[in-house]
Amino acid sequence: MADQGDLLHVVTPDDISDRRKRLGDVLVWGTAALFAAVAALIAFTDLFDTWRPGLYAFLLFAVALCAAQVIRGGEQGSRTLFVLPAALFVVAMVIFPLIFAVGIALSDWNLSSPDGQKFNGLANFRQMWNDPFYWNALTNMVWYTLAILVEYAIAFGLALILASEIRARKFFRVAFLLPLMLSPVAVSWMIGKSMLEPRFGPLARLAREMGWDNPSFFGSPEMARFMIMAMDAWTFIPFMMIMLLAGLQAIPKEVQEAARVDGASGWRGFWEVTFPLMLPVSITAILIRIIFKLKLADIVINVTAGGPGGATDSVTSFIFREYRDRSNVGYGTMLAIVYLVLIVVAITVFMKLVDRWMNPRY
Amino acid sequence: MAEAQIFHDTEADLSHRAARVSKRVLLYGILIFWTVVCLFPIYWTITTSFKLAPDVMQGNMVPFVDYDPQWRGWRSLGLSPETIGEVSTVRDEFLKRFLNSGISALGSSALAVVLGSMAAYGLSRFRYRFGPMKNPDISFFFLSQLILPPVVLALPFLVLYREMALLDTRIGLILLYTLTVLPIVIWIMQDQFRAIPTELEEAAMVDGLSIWGAFLTIILPIALPGMVAAFILSLVLTWNEYFFAALLTSTNAVTLPVMVASQTGSQGINWWSMAALSTAAILPLIVVGVVLERYIIKGMASGAVK
Repeated sequence: MADQGDLLHVVTPDDISDRRKRLGDVLVWGTAALFAAVAALIAFTDLFDTWRPGLYAFLLFAVALCAAQVIRGGEQGSRTLFVLPAALFVVAMVIFPLIFAVGIALSDWNLSSPDGQKFNGLANFRQMWNDPFYWNALTNMVWYTLAILVEYAIAFGLALILASEIRARKFFRVAFLLPLMLSPVAVSWMIGKSMLEPRFGPLARLAREMGWDNPSFFGSPEMARFMIMAMDAWTFIPFMMIMLLAGLQAIPKEVQEAARVDGASGWRGFWEVTFPLMLPVSITAILIRIIFKLKLADIVINVTAGGPGGATDSVTSFIFREYRDRSNVGYGTMLAIVYLVLIVVAITVFMKLVDRWMNPRY
Repeated sequence: MAEAQIFHDTEADLSHRAARVSKRVLLYGILIFWTVVCLFPIYWTITTSFKLAPDVMQGNMVPFVDYDPQWRGWRSLGLSPETIGEVSTVRDEFLKRFLNSGISALGSSALAVVLGSMAAYGLSRFRYRFGPMKNPDISFFFLSQLILPPVVLALPFLVLYREMALLDTRIGLILLYTLTVLPIVIWIMQDQFRAIPTELEEAAMVDGLSIWGAFLTIILPIALPGMVAAFILSLVLTWNEYFFAALLTSTNAVTLPVMVASQTGSQGINWWSMAALSTAAILPLIVVGVVLERYIIKGMASGAVK
């Protein structure tokens, strides 16, 4: 990410007249003033029913800002134009709502009650601190995240097989990829609700054949959690597998041949040659998988709705129900923000540890 | 491991061959087992959509052998051969959801690819300074959006969209979906553009093209396969998105996953219609997966291997 590659060097004549510069300034400040004026009108008068005009004013401001880059900066400005739209988009869609979210999190706000937003400081935080279900959901997330190690092992095994000399490789690759294409909601019906149905589901039948009299896949907390993990793994193993497969195929053949000549074959060759070479790819794959795992919600919401007794709740599904059942926007947002802080801290620590482990300093 | 056989097969050689054969058998055994694991749920869903109640209860598996396929499930969606010509409210509803999903997924993927390609190109070619932020920081700023769990944005957006009258609109969904896939697109495209030598643009600019002209006419065609890969990957993620759609839509802009989810609980053992609905929901992406597998793999691989 850090290295820049070759940068394009272009020398352009900068002959921009003062009038052009002034025009650019007028455009930017004019639309900014318009945006501020519209916002003020909406906030303090009853002229508009919704914030929609504010959105249009912001769009106008964004367009003017982009145009002004070229008007003011000429060729130099048209380079900024490459990054500016995306940056404006992300700022508008993430930074504003995040600031707004902090405001919501510090207030008592129930969308279904007529009272509206009431600022209540850290009361939501205190409530969270004493909410056993939230802590339970966080613990579940730790379990779910640890399950990635098993997924990784399976994905690595499959990638190794796909990279070896086999027939019909393309067929197997497509077949192994397909679960990733399916929507988690469809998967929760296909597997969670029908194949695991205790009476008629094929997997329940199989379990009965194998001597489990009353198969119930979502009865006990451990079993239910395991089933959620398994379904999530089923959809996402292809993802890790493809990344690892790409990594395996990028290893030069000579390296493995040299290892073989030196007598490291099979198991030893894997552990001492292939696996270390695959470490960077593995860490990328695991990191991305963790990021996706932390968003886990669809399957939980649709199969168990968090049950039995919150045993399968992920943080996201818990907040989803908090909103769905109680319309409690303030408390839900506080939970989400705490979750975000925890994630940022955890991922930073993880990346630091990985960095130290990969580049040891003696 | 091909050891040269100088004389004839000794005991050791024969056992070696046996080990090799058993290794092959094990290998293909694992391959076939995993293929079954991957494909059986899909097979199960498609065949179940042609079953009747007794078939479900008896656990019949193979169509035409165990049971006679019926159009019951598809009829309940208005998509069976007899009902396809007639007016059907269920089908209209389904097609509306399907269209919503399609428009949101295509619209947001296209927007993300446009914005993301531009940003990735800029970051791979020029040095920027936005305040204290330089290129790696800007790059990290974009990619770090990936960490943001959707739940953090969901409730603020719910309130904001309500204020802006964007709740239950496709535009609202498209904007949010674009946001969720933008980091992935930028990641893939940065990788693509870095692999293209800058001499190409230099030559183009010597010939009198502006930097945007060079980008649009020279670089984009070369980066097209990468863009297709990013587009397909975004399409998969946005088509399947459930969380935002469930929170932010209620009647008009409901997408297919929300429709599937809302039917899940209510159907009881009425599996055939659920199976037909699920099949219809997953079929487009299965086709995409089979036909465009190359691009999907390319997209996911490009970020992984540096």
